[in-house]
Amino acid sequence: MLIKLTGGTVYDPASGIDGQQQDIYIQDGRIVAAPTDGKPVDQEYDLRGKVVMSGAIDMHTHIGGGKGNIARTLLPEDHRMDPVARTAVTRSGNGHAMPSTFVSGYRYAEMGYTAGFEPAVLPINARQAHMEMGDIPILDKGGYVMLGSDDFLLRMLTAKKDQKAVNDYVAWTLHAAKGIGIKVVNAGGISAFKFNQRKLDLDEKNSHYDVSPRQILQTLARAVKELGLTHPLHVHGCNLGVPGNVDTTLNTIQGIEGLPMHLTHIQFHSYGTEGDFKFSSGGAQIAEAINNNKNITADVGQILFGQTVTASGDNMRQHANHKFASPNKWVCMDIECDAGCGVVPFKYRDQNFVNALQWAIGLEIFLLVNDPWRIFLTTDHPNGAPFTSYPHLIRLLMDRSFRNDMLATIHPEAQKMTSLGSIDREYTFNEIAIMTRAGAARIIGLKDRGALSPGNWADITVYTENADRQAMFTKPDYVFKDGNLVVKDGEVVKVVWGTTHVVRPDFDMSIEKDLQKYFDRYLTMKLGNFKISDDEITEDGRGSITVHPLRGAA
Amino acid sequence: MTEITEVPSPFCGIGTDDLAIQVNGTTLKVTANGCAVNTPAFEQPITDTQPRVAGQPVSLETAAAKAAEILRNTHLPVFGGCATDVNGMRALLALADRSGAVVDSAAFNNARRNLLALQDSGWMNTTLAEVKNRCDVLLIVGTDLEGFAPRFFERYLWNEEAMFLSDTGSREVIYLGKAPSGNASTSPSGRKATVLPCADADLPEVTAVLSALLKGRPLQAQSVAGISIADLQSIVDKLKAAQYGVVLWGAAALAFDQAELTVQTLCSIVKDINLQGSRCSGFPLGGKEGDQTANQVCGWTTGYPARVSFARGYPEYDPYLYETQSLLNNGEADALLWVQTFNSGAVPPQTKLPIIAVGRSGMIFEKEPDVFIPVGTPGIDHPGHAYRLDNVVAIRLKKLRDSGLPSTAEVLSAIEQAL
Repeated sequence: MLIKLTGGTVYDPASGIDGQQQDIYIQDGRIVAAPTDGKPVDQEYDLRGKVVMSGAIDMHTHIGGGKGNIARTLLPEDHRMDPVARTAVTRSGNGHAMPSTFVSGYRYAEMGYTAGFEPAVLPINARQAHMEMGDIPILDKGGYVMLGSDDFLLRMLTAKKDQKAVNDYVAWTLHAAKGIGIKVVNAGGISAFKFNQRKLDLDEKNSHYDVSPRQILQTLARAVKELGLTHPLHVHGCNLGVPGNVDTTLNTIQGIEGLPMHLTHIQFHSYGTEGDFKFSSGGAQIAEAINNNKNITADVGQILFGQTVTASGDNMRQHANHKFASPNKWVCMDIECDAGCGVVPFKYRDQNFVNALQWAIGLEIFLLVNDPWRIFLTTDHPNGAPFTSYPHLIRLLMDRSFRNDMLATIHPEAQKMTSLGSIDREYTFNEIAIMTRAGAARIIGLKDRGALSPGNWADITVYTENADRQAMFTKPDYVFKDGNLVVKDGEVVKVVWGTTHVVRPDFDMSIEKDLQKYFDRYLTMKLGNFKISDDEITEDGRGSITVHPLRGAA
Repeated sequence: MTEITEVPSPFCGIGTDDLAIQVNGTTLKVTANGCAVNTPAFEQPITDTQPRVAGQPVSLETAAAKAAEILRNTHLPVFGGCATDVNGMRALLALADRSGAVVDSAAFNNARRNLLALQDSGWMNTTLAEVKNRCDVLLIVGTDLEGFAPRFFERYLWNEEAMFLSDTGSREVIYLGKAPSGNASTSPSGRKATVLPCADADLPEVTAVLSALLKGRPLQAQSVAGISIADLQSIVDKLKAAQYGVVLWGAAALAFDQAELTVQTLCSIVKDINLQGSRCSGFPLGGKEGDQTANQVCGWTTGYPARVSFARGYPEYDPYLYETQSLLNNGEADALLWVQTFNSGAVPPQTKLPIIAVGRSGMIFEKEPDVFIPVGTPGIDHPGHAYRLDNVVAIRLKKLRDSGLPSTAEVLSAIEQAL
């Protein structure tokens, strides 16, 4: 079937198209060039006056894995307020802070998103992450595999194994856990917490391993580069949420020595210690460091006011923050000599000084980082806010007067401590399209996604322009996934199933000799039973795996 | 005849995956690393191979059509048991969503003791590999651990080497409440567990005293439930001095009223030890007959653990109202779909309502159900996934033989199609 999208105003930064009126043709799920053989169009959509972008891609969202399910189980009262009934085409479920899998897929699609990436796939919990993501309809998905507090790596570093051996282990883990990138959470800190260390600075050693976070970050960043992964090492830094951590973050940027590094939810790592409350914004310093270091990318992890739940691999920091739990219940877990997790419900309040300033710091970073290709729109769902708040966040970025109106309502001391009111910048459609589409596809390493030129998969979102950007981005007119019309007027009309994106770098299989011994001695599962096979993802008849090329091969 | 090695078990809950099993046609024999739980569960022969409607052998198609007909005419069917693998549970929830059913895992009344504590105040827990490599003090509360999982000690405490303990045999094991049924808790070097016995019903009081001692509250009593305060103080001291203490309980064994409050006390003891500067973690048992699997899959599909009603078109959770037995007793339910693929002895509860039983081959019924569809067992007749007791690790179950028995997922999907 040949579909024609006629006359829309297209924002396709990957092709350098910034608001030009043009037609798009779709055939067999992909975008194709205008037919020259007079082939008739089977279906035409008149998009004159509409805004057309590729499907949005959330490059950091907690949509699959054990900590999310703990968060769901912990908060039945949060679901009760947001039931989602079954329809002729969709399954029932529940929403708000940590929605059920089906509802996650529908609500993302209804906002024009067609892909989401789980940033904290514990290798030992990867099966669950993929099974949960396997029950998220419509979206493409993938995961960054978490290393850095796993005892095998820390033992390698203590034993001064060479970089190649580390590379082999990293690549082996990517294959076994089916990931597209490598994530570090509080490098070495999750392990240190198990040895009863309650904090770990960048150059502080793990009490058992004599290894510092800096060393772990450098080694893994090098492994990612040498293996040729497109996605840079994805780093949740040390000292999350600690006043004064802006210095840690700046030091982390310098310490990586020019290697590619992605700093995630950087808002939570941009705090100073100035002012009466000993809590201040490091937003400007962080933005300047990103502007000056081209090897660095970041997503913001914006907080928005209201009830949510924080779910993180960083059990050290989550344990430290449990006293802020609202409602007052929380979970920490130590996990399988592999990692950990902490789940703490949170209610961000605009009249709380710290929360109000966190809100402003995130926006400062968005607006002060110059290059939209290196900064990404996230709330670290659900940690800063549920993903359903993205249209509101887009309005804050695109509409200065709306932003300043909001600023005027937050805690007055926080207003004094932020430069936000003096920032005039408003994001353009093209910049939003970079941040949420073209840039996201590029940084993850997705071939044939996030762009609208012929050859790309037809993931396309169509909006009606509206001065109220929140309203506009809440309810697209049409969303196409792989060429299928899945959303019309903001509602799911058809359910399809996306693919799972992975990378498979080469490695020396002899690493399995050491791993086999390690598994038999210390772990609780046989090596052969640990590795996830392709059919575990595809056997339900809905799932599929898409392998992406390594850097330079795309 | 073939032998399959590194076979994972869905039966014992502790993720044993080193079994060797000889396959001769459809006959299985555990040749290495069996135990009193796993060996009979794997070796049970296949008896039923064909579905029945009203006791008469029929095709799967006919049985599914009859099941659909029963469900079509109901207002509140109950899907009980829920003992299956991940794909089976996915299909069960899809069918429940479609037919407006209540979904209720057979183990829920036990799991509820943990879930109520979790949903009220949370916990700090750990997993098997951390126990294996770190735990130097293990407090076992109110449960006979080796009765629950015969190989627990061998695999996770008396392992030859641990990463962070120089001698695994020097681990301290303390029983509070139930005494052990055997000697598995004695270390290979002969070190015996400390046993401080009391009746199950006294555990609320005993654990409350333990908590008070930890918080440094003054106590007048010299003993509680026959246990001296000095002995309880020594437990507190040992946990606080431990490198990595673990407090283990089995919710199923805490068979007394309001046992969730005792679970909550244990969880708060663990949290308090961490707040007082030492590391300690909780460790709840479970993982048998798909109980964790049901809660996990129901968790991501509905947001709630596996006692949920779809009657209003969306999932609602109530840990008491949607209990199978009370819905049957109160006349609220009008049909029962029973799913039990691991244990042919776990037959549907007695009821006059129409029964659709999707069960492990070999179920003997007191009253023949309206529809009986024998299904394969995950990890024997078809591949699948099951959650271990620690809830983080899903094990990949293997297919060991060609029995021709369909999976739960195939059967329930066939019923949904027939609707």
